[in-house]
Amino acid sequence: MSLLRAESLSRRFGGLLAVDGASLEVPEGGLIGLIGPNGAGKTTLFALVSGFLAPSGGRVHFLGEDVTREPPHRRAALGMARTFQIVQPFAGLSVRENILVGAYLRHPGREEAVRVAEAVATEVGLGPMLDQQASALTVAGRKRLELARALATEPKLLLLDEVLAGLNPSEVRDIIPVIRAIRDRGVSILMIEHVMQAVMNLCDHVHVLASGRMIASGPPREVTADPRVIEAYLGHGAAARIAAQGAEGGAHA
Amino acid sequence: MSARDLWPGLALLALIALMPFVASNTVLNFLLSALIVALAAQGWNILGGYAGQLSFGHAAFFGMGAYATAILQIRYGVNAWAGLAAGIALGAVVGWVIGALSFRARLRGSYFALVTLAFAEVLRILANAADFTGGAAGLLIRLSPGVENLQFPSRAVFLWLVAGTVAAVLLLTAWIARGRFGARLVAVRENEDAARALGVDVLAVKLRAIALSGAVTAAAGCLYAQNFLYLDASIAYGTWISVEVLIACVLGGAGTVLGPVLGALALHGVGEVAKIVLGQVAGPVPGVDLVVFGALLVVGIAFLPRGVMGGLRRLVQRFPR
Repeated sequence: MSLLRAESLSRRFGGLLAVDGASLEVPEGGLIGLIGPNGAGKTTLFALVSGFLAPSGGRVHFLGEDVTREPPHRRAALGMARTFQIVQPFAGLSVRENILVGAYLRHPGREEAVRVAEAVATEVGLGPMLDQQASALTVAGRKRLELARALATEPKLLLLDEVLAGLNPSEVRDIIPVIRAIRDRGVSILMIEHVMQAVMNLCDHVHVLASGRMIASGPPREVTADPRVIEAYLGHGAAARIAAQGAEGGAHA
Repeated sequence: MSARDLWPGLALLALIALMPFVASNTVLNFLLSALIVALAAQGWNILGGYAGQLSFGHAAFFGMGAYATAILQIRYGVNAWAGLAAGIALGAVVGWVIGALSFRARLRGSYFALVTLAFAEVLRILANAADFTGGAAGLLIRLSPGVENLQFPSRAVFLWLVAGTVAAVLLLTAWIARGRFGARLVAVRENEDAARALGVDVLAVKLRAIALSGAVTAAAGCLYAQNFLYLDASIAYGTWISVEVLIACVLGGAGTVLGPVLGALALHGVGEVAKIVLGQVAGPVPGVDLVVFGALLVVGIAFLPRGVMGGLRRLVQRFPR
């Protein structure tokens, strides 16, 4: 059964059609990637799925229920959690207090919520930083905090918007197993990601968005070899040029 | 905020409650005024300090409480305690209505502040014009000392009542700050979008905050009316109270449990001392306490950006035990 089903979602900003009839599905237990060049509309699509923007057209189904009209906090209560591409910490609060806000969604009592928050912090590697101010965290720390807060709501579906952006290669290597472990304990994930190493490593299925449209979808290796995808990233004719160079290289060898 | 952090505040209030045994009536009157402002400021603190929705118009709630208590007694012969309860309830309702109108319209920051100011000013002008509220002449509550009428022949008992109320709100605030509702208030203050993503119904949280805030500040208005037995529009809905609660919170530490109480006492203490000292040096200078308030606000924001409470916390961290 598919956990999330977005049906031909569109969003218009004045004269710009940022998302144009994009559809995608996240099956239960899936780890799905959403890639595409800058300005393709990935974050807008995320905002439509999580309810932060109302679509100009199309529907969103979550757990078999039509949630197109539900506000973000209701979707979170149903089990959909998101992170923000531009991290949004509660800057004046400690790491523990930040995560606690998420944990309170399912645990009204303080003791239980604190226990959940601390467990989540340990899971994403923020255990030693619980008492630090969120504003004092490094970029990598803030990304982990975004992840921890979302996880503390105990979601069924986690929407990750570029949690790896801005991290150095060793930090990326550190966090990939964390994401895999989250999926392995039953949380389905839809992730926007530019770090291809992570996408190839983690995702079982990838959707490619370009100029607001879904242009390809399939297993990561197939999709990255798709001429339409190469052209979307590198420009018209790029796929043919690369193929020609490949053939030339082959001829020389 | 744990119980340990709360005891200095409760000890301070206990100390104030002991004052009638040693201090003159002048001092008791001063303490009464300061504590009533402290109570009103505690109300402001819930909305402005914790939820981060800055209001310039808490006079609206203060006046609602004061007028409700007075009018119910004078025009309808309702018991003063019932008037107090009604005033508090009315403060909550008016808070909810103002909140529903402005938060639904997505007013934030300075826009919200200006709208609250407008509500308070409109109420002041209406109360000043209508016969129902006694117009410009104001309202006199009939003097009839007796516990059943919420009037006490001795200042001491009234002081205990007000100090007890402030202590109760202190406990209530500490309890809120420790729990889920408090965490959500602060989350809304810090980042509404992030709060929303974590399942916080931002509008509902704000409405609950402003209703609670209105109720507490209205309680202060009720007690004010019972203390002075007189009010008019410029007292009940005047900008003085909106400004004093705001300065008290900013000075004491907005979004802290003890801040508003410390701020109100410090503000009134310094204002009073300035009046006395300058009065002896240069004769009575009307409005000198307002000049002092302004100076204190400037100094406070410059040197104690998180209020007296923030300053104390920094001191404690610098000298760990």
